Formats: sequence, structure tokens, C-alpha cells
Amino acid sequence: MNLALPVTRHSSPVTQVFGEFARDRIAIAALLVLALILLAAIFAPLLSPQNPYNLAELDILDSKLMPGSRAAEGFTYWLGSDEQGRDMLSAILYGLRISLSVGVLSTFVALAIGVLVGLVSAYASSWLDDIIMRLVDLQLSFPSILIALILLAVVGQGVDKIVIALVAVQWAYYARTVRGAALVEKKKEYVEAARVMAFSTRRIVLRHILPNVLPPLIVVATVQIAHAIALEATLSFLGLGMPITSPSLGLLIANGFAHLLSGRYWISFFPGVALLVTIVSINLVGDRLRDVLNPRLASHYGT
Amino acid sequence: MISFALRRLLQSVLVLFVMSALVFAGVYAIGDPVAILINPQADQAEIAAATRALGLDQPLWLQYWNFIIGAFAGDLGKSFSANVPAVHLILQRMPATLELALTATVIAVAFGIPLGLVAGLKPVSWIGRTIMAGSILGFSLPTFWVGLMLIMVFSVWLGWLPPTGRGETVEVFGVPVSFLTRDGLLHLLMPALNLALFKFSLLIRLTRAGTREALSQDYVRFARAKGLSMERVVRIHVLKNIMIPIVTVTALEFGSLIAFAIVTETIFAWPGMGKLLIDSINVLDRPVIVAYLLIILLLFVFLNLVVDLAYAVLDPRVRISGHGT
Repeated sequence: MNLALPVTRHSSPVTQVFGEFARDRIAIAALLVLALILLAAIFAPLLSPQNPYNLAELDILDSKLMPGSRAAEGFTYWLGSDEQGRDMLSAILYGLRISLSVGVLSTFVALAIGVLVGLVSAYASSWLDDIIMRLVDLQLSFPSILIALILLAVVGQGVDKIVIALVAVQWAYYARTVRGAALVEKKKEYVEAARVMAFSTRRIVLRHILPNVLPPLIVVATVQIAHAIALEATLSFLGLGMPITSPSLGLLIANGFAHLLSGRYWISFFPGVALLVTIVSINLVGDRLRDVLNPRLASHYGT
Repeated sequence: MISFALRRLLQSVLVLFVMSALVFAGVYAIGDPVAILINPQADQAEIAAATRALGLDQPLWLQYWNFIIGAFAGDLGKSFSANVPAVHLILQRMPATLELALTATVIAVAFGIPLGLVAGLKPVSWIGRTIMAGSILGFSLPTFWVGLMLIMVFSVWLGWLPPTGRGETVEVFGVPVSFLTRDGLLHLLMPALNLALFKFSLLIRLTRAGTREALSQDYVRFARAKGLSMERVVRIHVLKNIMIPIVTVTALEFGSLIAFAIVTETIFAWPGMGKLLIDSINVLDRPVIVAYLLIILLLFVFLNLVVDLAYAVLDPRVRISGHGT
């Protein structure tokens, strides 16, 4: 897909945007933290002292150790260990991978579906547009956690099911935004010019309207990733999300809940901190990006 | 106005039918309804008998018809685990959830609006920035994790508050409530705070944005130019104008509080509908799940209807433009 196209409208806008972005020191710090988190998740197998899935590496005698305890194998449980003798730091690094990939994957699938439906709706006959938008309104009037819970209660559990649920709660939002933006673009002169040149509707939508609608939407999607991660963690905590074989951060927290009342806080506490830092840094970066791009957003939607 | 109300009411009824059909299709038509609705320990003969008794040998449209008729009569099947009508079970748990959600709303409004006002009046001062930072944190913090940390600090470390349950209740008009006893209040405090966190952050943002916008309006500048004190301008002119969206959002968000209560109730073992739903999902008690979904749908459609009608009363533009969008 030709994502570079709209960016070339201004003189080197990437540097422009980044220069504007860098004026906020908190946002820069958040970006750095986010980069570190991503690197930690990608290189989890290299960084973690233990493979938390390899039962041979776990020592049941090392279970529920305090943070900072020494393992029999010689490394240190910097963040303690859980009831199976799993090193919490390793479990968190591997959990980050699962949480991040589920969040990113579901957001981009939802984005793709939402963009498609939104564009169809903007160009469809009025009755089809009406039906689609009624459906979108209907869905957006319910909280996303309720919709995800209903879906999971009906279809059951599993990694694929949770991705489906996360996609289902997000697509409507994009569809509505894209439809609005596309209707604004449709009335602009360049689209009229393209029509005068007798380009097909399909070409106008894909080559002219889509590139102008997409960039602000990708910024919105960045923030949505944080929501998706938080929702997945919540569902996993409730026992309706990820299966035990793929322990995301939410499942790690749920796992530690049982030990919280006996004072072993670290099994829940540290995965939660990792989750919190991830969500906050994504939100801060996304908010700043939106602020920087705001003049363009405003001109796009006339708000 | 009456035609708008009627049209809106019709729309709500339509939504209910569509959603009930979806729930029905989801629970009864996808997969094997016999496996879902009948005790897994049953033998061949029992399954055949139960299939007939449940009407599962009839065509699908007839099954849906019977389901709807049953729903109107308040009969949504019996719970497998408790062996009482599912609707009873849920209505029995409803007061606990409503009490929790109402307390959370009160907490969010009592703290969110004043803090948002301060942040809106002094947006660049340290206090305004601190409040906004707190609000961003409140948005980002995973609610369920905050609940765990509350238990860790106040129950495990300090030992001030009980971690789970509802405590001692008193009957008011036949409905058990917690907030009238000391023990009940102590039990209520943490879950309500936890549930209020998100709404509280939302109200800070809303109030702050509304205040800042109002302050730049001509009527505020005019009132100031007339020589009115800042305090009076804020109290009379600003507050009155920002209250409409705040009241609307608070009412509209009440439904989402009830949905989020599912999480809070699970953490604090609060005996409400949400905890019942999660317990029922865990033991595959499908009639209770269906009953919960239909009741919560009804609640949401009703809340949306009330808010839309209230909006139409407050703002004539809504009813003139008809369908909206």
C-alpha cells in the first residue's frame, strides 16, 4: 500500500512532525520507553534469564520467592518467582510479546475492516449506508467490554477468539470515522477533477480518497492499541481471554491474585506495572502525535 | 416532540428485537444447543426427553417465537446450578450492583467536577497540571489491577478495609443495602472507589474542557466586564452552562458502569449481577447468561432512550433534525 503518498504533500513533513513532537519532553521520554518495551518484547528470549515455558528449567523448590532471591542455578529472581518457580521477569518479557502482538494484530485487522466498511458506506446507496450506520451506532452505544464478554461467552475461548472479539469491538469506530472523512473528501475539488477525468469510482476511492483519509486514522489506531491491550488484559484476568498456554500480562496478574492475600504481592504487582507503563507510554505518544497533527485533523473533519 | 418520542421508542423496540435475535442465534443456534442447555451427565433417553421438553426438535423460527413469548412472560429458563428461574437469580443480585454503581457515580461526581473546574480555571498552574496528569493516569490504569493494588494496600498491608464481600446489610423497602451499616460501608468503599476511577477521570476532562470553553465565551467576558466577581461568574454562568453535557454523560455512562461492575465485582467478590455472570460463564450455566444479556440489553436500550428524549427536551435541534447522524 502506498502509505508514503500523503506525506509528500508538504516539504519534508516527517522532520516537521518529529521536530514538533520533540518539543514535548514527556512525549520524547514516553517514546523512548515505548521503544525499550518493544525491544524487550522482541528480544525476550535473549534477555530473560529463564524460558518460562520450558518446564525443565523451572524449579518447584524456587516457587514464590521474594524479589531479589538467588536461584539454585545461580541467577537472581529480580522480580521474584511465582508458584511454579517461574522467574517473574522472564514471564513478564514473554507476556509482553503476547499482549503487544494481540493488541497490534487486532487493531490493524479492525482498522482494515473499518476502513473498507467506511468507504463502502460513504459511496453506497443511501439505504445500504443507512443500514451500516445504524449497525455502527447500535454497536457504539454498548461498552466494548460488554460486547467482548458476550462474544466470548458465546463462541468460547482461545487466542483466535480473543482477537475476533477485540476486532469486533473496534471496527465500528473506524468505520464511522472513515465514512465521515470520506464524505468530506468526496466534496473536494481534487476528487471532482478526478471524476471529470472519468476515472473509475474504484480508482478515485483507492488512489485519491484513501491516502487522504488514512494518516490521521493511523494515529487514532496507535491509541486504540493501548485500549486493545488493556481490554485483552481485563478479559484474561476474568478468565475469558488468553488460554493458560499463552500467558499474557493480564493472565499473569490473574495468576498472582490468588497469592495477593497472603502478602506475595510481586506475582501480580510487577506484570501490572509492565502493563501500566506500556499503556501510559502508548497513550502519551499517541496524544502528542494527535496534538502535533491536530491542525490537519481539524482541516480534515472541520471540527 | 411526540412524533420524535414515538419514532425513538419504535427504534428501541426494533433494537431489542434485533439484539434478542442475535443472542438467541448465538446461544441456541450456533453449536449444539442440547450440549449447551442440558446437563452433560445426562444419558441418551434423558437427552431425547429434554430435547422434546425444551422444544429443540421444532423448527428454528418456532423456537425463536417460543423464546420471545417466554421472555415476555419473564421466563428465560432455569439455572442449572441453582435450579431456580434465571431471571429470579439476576433480579436478586441486581440491588447489589445498582448500589455499587450509584455509589461510584456519587464519588466520581463529588470529586471529578470540582477538580475539573479547578483545572479548567487554572490550566497552566501546577495544580491544574497535576490534576490533568492524575486524570491521564486514571484513564490509563487498568481498572482491575488498581482493584488488586487497593486490596494489597488497604486490606493486606494496612488491614483497614475488608477485601471481599458485601458486609452487613439492612433491608430498605425489602431491598438489602450495605451503605447504612458501618460494616457495609467499609465493604462498599474499595469497590466503589475502584469502579469510580474511570468515570472520575472522564468527568475531570469533561469539566475542564467545558470550563475552558465557557471562559472564552462572550457572556462570561461580558459578566466580568459588568463587574461581577470571578466566583459569581463561575458559580452562576460557567457552571450552569457546562452542567448539561456533564449530566448527560453521567446518565449515559451509568450503563457502562454496570458493565464495568462485572470486573470490579469479580475482584472484590461483590455479590452482584456481574459476578453472577462470570460465575455462570465459568460453569456454562447458559440460561443465566442469556437472562443476564437480555436484562442488560433492556437496561441499555432504556437508558439510551431516556438520554435521547432528555436531549430532545433540552435541545430542540435534535428533534428537528430527526434521525440525527
